[in-house]
Amino acid sequence: MTDVNTSGVPAPRENPDREHAEAEKVSTADASGDAGTTNGDAVHTTGEATPLGATAATAGGAPTDRDGGAALLLTLFVRNLWSANTVTVTVLAIVLALVIGAILIIVSDPDVLATFGYLAARPSDALNSSWAAVSDAYANLFKGAVVDPAAVRDWINGTGGWQPVFAPISETLTYAAPLVFTGLAVSLAFRGGLFNIGAQGQATLGVILAALAGFLLPLPPVVHLIVALLAGALGGALWGFASGFLKARTGAHEVITTIMLNYVATYFLAWIIVQDGVHAPDRTDAISRSVDGSAQLPRLLGGDLRVHLGIVLAVAATWAVSWLLNRSTLGFELRAVGANPEAARTAGISVARTYVLVMAIAGALAGLGGSNMVLGSTATALTPLVVAQIGFDGILVALLGRVKPWGVALAALLFGALQAGGNRMQSYASVSLELVTVLQALIVIFIAAPALVKAIFGLRAARVARAQMSMAKGW
Amino acid sequence: MEPGEIHALLGENGAGKSTLMNVLYGLLQPDEGEIIVDGRPLRVRGPGDAIAAGIGMVHQHFMLVPVFTVAENVMLGAEQVRGGFLGFLDRRRARRQVIEVSTRYNLRVDPDAVVEDLPVGVQQRVEIVKALTRDVDLLILDEPTAVLTPQETEELLAVMRALRESGKSIVFITHKLKEVKAIADRITVIRRGRVVGTAGPDASEDELAALMVGRTVSLLVDKGPARPGAPVLEIEGLVVDDDRSCRAVDGVDLTVRAGEVLGIAGVQGNGQTELIEALMGLRPILRGSVRLAGERIDGWPTKRVLRAGVGYVPEDRSVDGLVREFSVAENLVLDIYDQPPFGTGLVLRPDAIAASARKRIPEFDVRTPSAEAAVGTLSGGNQQKVIIAREMSRPLKLFVAAQPTRGVDVGSIEFIHRRIVHERDIGTAVLLVSSELDEVIGLADRIAVMYRGRILGIVGPETPREEIGLLMAGITGAVDGAGEAEPARPAGPGTPTPTGPAPADDPGNEEAR
Repeated sequence: MTDVNTSGVPAPRENPDREHAEAEKVSTADASGDAGTTNGDAVHTTGEATPLGATAATAGGAPTDRDGGAALLLTLFVRNLWSANTVTVTVLAIVLALVIGAILIIVSDPDVLATFGYLAARPSDALNSSWAAVSDAYANLFKGAVVDPAAVRDWINGTGGWQPVFAPISETLTYAAPLVFTGLAVSLAFRGGLFNIGAQGQATLGVILAALAGFLLPLPPVVHLIVALLAGALGGALWGFASGFLKARTGAHEVITTIMLNYVATYFLAWIIVQDGVHAPDRTDAISRSVDGSAQLPRLLGGDLRVHLGIVLAVAATWAVSWLLNRSTLGFELRAVGANPEAARTAGISVARTYVLVMAIAGALAGLGGSNMVLGSTATALTPLVVAQIGFDGILVALLGRVKPWGVALAALLFGALQAGGNRMQSYASVSLELVTVLQALIVIFIAAPALVKAIFGLRAARVARAQMSMAKGW
Repeated sequence: MEPGEIHALLGENGAGKSTLMNVLYGLLQPDEGEIIVDGRPLRVRGPGDAIAAGIGMVHQHFMLVPVFTVAENVMLGAEQVRGGFLGFLDRRRARRQVIEVSTRYNLRVDPDAVVEDLPVGVQQRVEIVKALTRDVDLLILDEPTAVLTPQETEELLAVMRALRESGKSIVFITHKLKEVKAIADRITVIRRGRVVGTAGPDASEDELAALMVGRTVSLLVDKGPARPGAPVLEIEGLVVDDDRSCRAVDGVDLTVRAGEVLGIAGVQGNGQTELIEALMGLRPILRGSVRLAGERIDGWPTKRVLRAGVGYVPEDRSVDGLVREFSVAENLVLDIYDQPPFGTGLVLRPDAIAASARKRIPEFDVRTPSAEAAVGTLSGGNQQKVIIAREMSRPLKLFVAAQPTRGVDVGSIEFIHRRIVHERDIGTAVLLVSSELDEVIGLADRIAVMYRGRILGIVGPETPREEIGLLMAGITGAVDGAGEAEPARPAGPGTPTPTGPAPADDPGNEEAR
């Protein structure tokens, strides 16, 4: 964030206004010439880019948020594909992470490692066993996250039911749903210029209030669920509001307050579990009563599959946040305050009010994510670890999704898939689940260091990418 | 470039002046072509190469570390160490160097002063000293006068002359014609990245301006007599503090009538900024009252003031006026986004915003690739036109413009001035704050001179410049003849450091403008 120029020699980026504007104007004036010179380049890269196009389209969704929108012609699209745009960098970051993950799988398997001892004598042994270990691990990762071909075969042959076919997807969606909420919570705050590190705490408050509403209030089925969800949202909103209010009124930095409130929330959860009326009467360990069936999110594909209504709510929330950001006056205020609080203030927007609102809404989203953890199918009672790491993972998801609502949804899906696949990888290929965490971390590191990815793959620097860079700077 | 020559590079914003000089200084790489120094082609890969070849540059935005002293800033990047591997910084030597250079070229700077405490003009001097300690033969000054007061500008020109005497060459980048004529030996005009002409200092301003924009421009503001109506803005006894709780506005009384332009002249840092911000509800008012069409608006939030029919062009457009990341269309509704047809309640109507942008972009001659382009990619003049378009496209009672043409090219200045006069002619009260005396004299029907938080006098635009200049320096004696004259001395930060007695200083100042 600090642009202290240690060398005393000015760097070109640091001349903010006019330099930049002039450079830009010159470049637009020369646009035709520019296109001419890069043309040959494009022809030469098209071959490489085409197979990647398929992956980009499936993994990253249609890159509609790219610069020109409708004005972008197909040729320009193909040419840009190998330049350093968001989707390409994201896909390549995932590829890089998987490659490094493969090395880790090889290194961590003693049997495979042993074959490297006589690499010179029989290199085929080392290569074959490495390939076997890596492909087995990643195949199981895929089977656990997307679909298992064997289950499909059984279903077609009539020897198996349809449930095993959809089980991996069901697992992926189950893990993804809360991450969508916390990812949105972090993204929304970030777009408003705030670093919400407190999604964890907000989710924790959400889980507490949702669970309390879930087993303390005797309500009829549908109403009970709605009340429990609202309670969860309220809990998170309260926690977010606290940080936003402190920021707006006293200028306390939200990073500090949200982190500290995370601790408060965590220990509040640990405390409240063992209170009378909350603690499960027939248990000696730290676990609360179970949420009533009437307050649980209904499962979408029957009792055998864990996927529940939470994922539908997550998609709805994604749409709502997207609408809020781009099509609402509040979103306009939020984006203006996030990009330039001074200009927003001068234009009559109340910066303080916006900060408070943003944090409250972000907190409500995180709170809903927390509610998913106790009203959904992963747990039905409060335990000290019921929230898992969804708040902190939400930060990663937001970063991976480039703080855009639909990007966040896709990133959450990827993280959910890694989680679900990791479970299967652990039991079938005996590669430990921690590898998944390493993969997640590596992906995020490569995303946060786009220059690294660009250097490794020799991407052309795209003009489009410069605008996106500003976000990486903030983290 | 000849040795001992001042070569002015003249061009509109975005003409390519700064780009050219950045190439010369090694910050950017040329696509083709070469640079020849002393008959040999020079490959400049970075500022290091440029300094080695004897080229120094003073940037438009200063490259100084605010919390360092002058001496520390000067040695930054070429730190002298002693004590062998221990590497103690040799601050004493740096101090000596600063003193030596500053006496040799008559550039007065205190080596121990902390840079952030210095006025802008002195900071610039530090930059020049820094370049000179590197033994440069060619000094590039990128729009050095954009941030300076008239007095500081005159001092800078004197420094440039002194440097010329000692055989240094100077490239002087600017778009202010008067300065060019005052000092340049040779003038090269650049337009759209090409050299369009070379002229001597005897070329007329109109010729130069025409070369710059590629057509003839009227430098004088063309306007009829004002027909002042009822008072719209009435300020009484206004007292406002600045950010450091120092008194910035100290009992100001002003009235602006419908259909007139009241210009506030004054050297920057004399409370104009705080006065305007207080009017707009951006800064708390300690005492006094502000009335808009008879209604008290002091204490109102900014949004309410804007809604009451006040248009506001803030002083620093990139900080306060625009959200650089937002599109032109979004910036055009930055303070009316929640008003129909752009938004009702929580719902924003992007179609209406885009439609209004399509209408207003041609109307206000904003040169942009599209309404969706980020406003930060536009040139300064076009950014300013976006603000003007936004503020002028709703019915106004009062139009407040602070430095409306700062850092704006000649063609855009002409356009903005015409719009302001037009706004006056349809009966809006206009309050104009500018540190360009020419602009105030050209536009205003009455001129209020502000000095150290007070209005020293209100005069007509036909008042001789010298008289206004004296008022700006805080000398009231020349106007009312009474002995109330206050000696001109450095006041708050941002105020100039006049040399010698003010009357002697002033004609020189006039020449510079």
